[in-house]
Amino acid sequence: MAKSVSLFVTCLVDQLFPPVGLAMAEVLERIGYSIDFRQAQTCCGQPAFNSGHREPARDVARYFLDTFEDAEFVVVASGSCCSMISHHYADLFGSDSKMMDRVHAMEAKTYEFSRFLLDVAQVDDVGARLNRVATYHDSCHALRELGIKKGPRQLLSKVEGLELREMPVAEECCGFGGTFSVKFAELSGAMANTKIESIKQTGADLVVSIDSSCLMQLEGTMRKQGLPISTMHLAEVLASR
Amino acid sequence: MSREFILGRVRSALDRKTGQVVPPPPPVWLLDTDWTLEEKLASFKEKLERLAGVVHMADSPENAREIVASLITGKTAVVSNATLLADLGITRLPGVTVAGQDSEQSRKLCAECSFGITGAAFALAQTGTLVMRANSQEARLVSLLPPLHVAVVRKEQLIVDLDELLTKIPKPVEDSSSMVLITGPSRTGDIEQILVRGVHGPGVVHVVFL
Amino acid sequence: MSIQETLQDSKLQLAIYTATGRLMDHRANAISPELLPRYQEMRQHAHDLKKHTIENLDHYMEEFEKNVIAHGGKVVFCKDATEVSDFILRLAKERGAHLFVKSKSMTSEEIDLNERMEHHGLEPVETDLGEYIIQLAHQKPYHIVAPALHMTRFQVADLFTEKLGVPREEVIEEQTMIARRVLREKFLAADIGITGANFLVADSGAVVVVENEGNARLTSSAPKIHIAVAGMEKLIPRAQDLAVMLGLLGRSATGQALTSYTSILSGPKRPGEVDGPEEFYVVLLDAGRTKLLEDPEKRESLYCIRCGACLNHCPVYRKIGGHNYPWVYSGPIGKILAPQFKGLMADPWLPFASSLCGVCAEVCPVKIDIPRVLLQLRSEITEEKQRTNQGGLERLAFKAFAWAMRRPWIYEWGGMMGAGLLGNGGRWISELPIAPGPVKAWLSQRHLPAPAVRSFREQWRARRTK
Ligand code: SF4
Repeated sequence: MAKSVSLFVTCLVDQLFPPVGLAMAEVLERIGYSIDFRQAQTCCGQPAFNSGHREPARDVARYFLDTFEDAEFVVVASGSCCSMISHHYADLFGSDSKMMDRVHAMEAKTYEFSRFLLDVAQVDDVGARLNRVATYHDSCHALRELGIKKGPRQLLSKVEGLELREMPVAEECCGFGGTFSVKFAELSGAMANTKIESIKQTGADLVVSIDSSCLMQLEGTMRKQGLPISTMHLAEVLASR
Repeated sequence: MSREFILGRVRSALDRKTGQVVPPPPPVWLLDTDWTLEEKLASFKEKLERLAGVVHMADSPENAREIVASLITGKTAVVSNATLLADLGITRLPGVTVAGQDSEQSRKLCAECSFGITGAAFALAQTGTLVMRANSQEARLVSLLPPLHVAVVRKEQLIVDLDELLTKIPKPVEDSSSMVLITGPSRTGDIEQILVRGVHGPGVVHVVFL
Repeated sequence: MSIQETLQDSKLQLAIYTATGRLMDHRANAISPELLPRYQEMRQHAHDLKKHTIENLDHYMEEFEKNVIAHGGKVVFCKDATEVSDFILRLAKERGAHLFVKSKSMTSEEIDLNERMEHHGLEPVETDLGEYIIQLAHQKPYHIVAPALHMTRFQVADLFTEKLGVPREEVIEEQTMIARRVLREKFLAADIGITGANFLVADSGAVVVVENEGNARLTSSAPKIHIAVAGMEKLIPRAQDLAVMLGLLGRSATGQALTSYTSILSGPKRPGEVDGPEEFYVVLLDAGRTKLLEDPEKRESLYCIRCGACLNHCPVYRKIGGHNYPWVYSGPIGKILAPQFKGLMADPWLPFASSLCGVCAEVCPVKIDIPRVLLQLRSEITEEKQRTNQGGLERLAFKAFAWAMRRPWIYEWGGMMGAGLLGNGGRWISELPIAPGPVKAWLSQRHLPAPAVRSFREQWRARRTK
């Protein structure tokens, strides 16, 4: 029987980018996993946590833990949300040892999508094909809190027909930052512009990332500027054939 | 006086009692690098030259004196009280005055002369650094006020790096009020990040190894 | 100049970007694995050292004081800015001192020491070239390492002509030489020199000052009296710890393994020494530090060695520059220090002005987890607002959010509503005359994604039933 993984698609993907979730499911099925999607899932609580509202964040986190308590693996469609679960839930329940046991158990089985492929499933070639010139954007939380840098590039390098070009400052923030982009809209936009300048320098027509939030920020800004560059989540690239 | 008040607040913030024993600090981290004299000389030269300093190799005491003499020809120089410099005859070169023990006199000379000539307690190969300690032989201002600095250093004084220096001298200000590490000329980049040398200290540094 | 104005000033943007970019490159070079293979270990060691020192600070303060006294100097404990200026004024009066030369010290900026001295008729002169320019222009430092980073040679030319009465000079080398001439006279005439301190060494009673110009050496050596003003968090246990600390500071700040000058100083000139000050004081400043110590979570803010690396790498600092931060400390470190020193609610927006990208923590040589402290501060600000009945709407919104997120059917229904409202990319919102300001600003920069007609969960359900 196929091993089962539970998808956490995140609220952003669920509501705005369903194809990312479908692509993720397709890739995982392709390499022999059966998919468990829990209809009860919603959000990881990060918006409240990052805005300083810890009580509501705790409520949502508790709900998340309830929802996924008995899952074998939780595979997350976002580096940022994954890091919320595996790094910041501990900040929320620091003094509550019972909750902390649950948090640590969850940390141990929660994986960002690319990391799950490489570390658990141990595949880097999922048989994808895509004739595009792409550049990879390191999303901040994946890079700095989860230490994900080489993995997605390794997966992309195995995609037939895909040419991967590094941008000059791949590690610089796109400027999204959740409510930051609303509270400091011009500043956030200026940060996106800098990022886009370095994307343009590669000549790529596609930006790939493992966080839909960054891609939303970048794609939204590039479309406003009328640039012929589009964005894809890593899962969508790997699902292409 | 706020001494007691502040210390009291610190203790209460840290939950410590007066005189409470302190756990041992993390062990000292000093690396022990073994370099041959040739390696040290080569590194010192490379590092100082990268900073626009100049390194000279003297093959004899006379040669050292000649090098210094040729550097300062036609200019005034103040020389520190280092015995090495007197022994080499540098104090007797034309245009040269010895700093002496009088602080006012020495300061006046340093403010007027083009060159300051000193010895050095040590030189650090890893960074091209001169180590100056204030004492009766070396006044602080000789390596600081004149626009050009010449240091004469014996090869035995050339050590690898700061780690070796602090291993040799764990308490650098135990018997001198000042230890200064000089790494290249005085520099600034405060206007448009354009590098300018000699803003307050010497803009040119020569080191003569003997 | 506001944030918006700074963003629109393309010359200034370029200046900030180039300057910080250059400092980033220098650092990257200096810590590269070929040159510094044990860099990450060094950082951890420095972090552990600072942690140990801060957690036993009273002990190291006393040890430091004992050793300064043994070397003939004095330590002056000051609980706030007033005590510092009182001490300096009293000393100036007793010694008949009027002219002070100063070398760069963020601590003295922090307590507005110059203004306080000028107010009492004393003449403090900044001698670091950047600080001197800033002082002439009556500004605050733009950057903790490069105070005049935002000024062009042309602005400096105007300034020198206006303030010094010299003929207009636009060549940077010549401008530097003008400053050298003017300041050399000040050095030789000054009664008292005031420096900051990069480190205070407990086992030696030593003040360590790091610089490139030589002005700190002059300030500490030429006048008869040397006063070092330092925050008490600058302590480190042993002189031998300097190898790691100096190595990290110089490389992180400017990419230098050692800066041009490192002065390790303790006490006035000793018997037999030719020159040096006759009196030596160290002002140990509290001014909010003991308060910060009380919080074991945020205490690590005091590990900072002021290298400026977090500013140079910060995508926000690189856009808004130094003067849009409310205090003398700018950039990420300023964002966590200001609320803790000046009060949480002095500038409640500040800790929120971050995308939490975390590059500051990545480059910090003493491994301060700045984003974590920011998150902590955000939560404290939110709680404080609740206590004082502010920000009710936002609180309500997040309460509702949490409520809905625990009820997937509500969440789903909300999503469908949202999809309907944002049906045309949300453009209609920005066209509303009463569009909420932030939303309007957001949409002025980007298009919203076209929302999914059917959410993932709907599509998944459909797929399963097929
Ligand atoms: S917080 Fe860290 S990186 Fe920023 S100035 Fe301080 S020591 Fe440097």
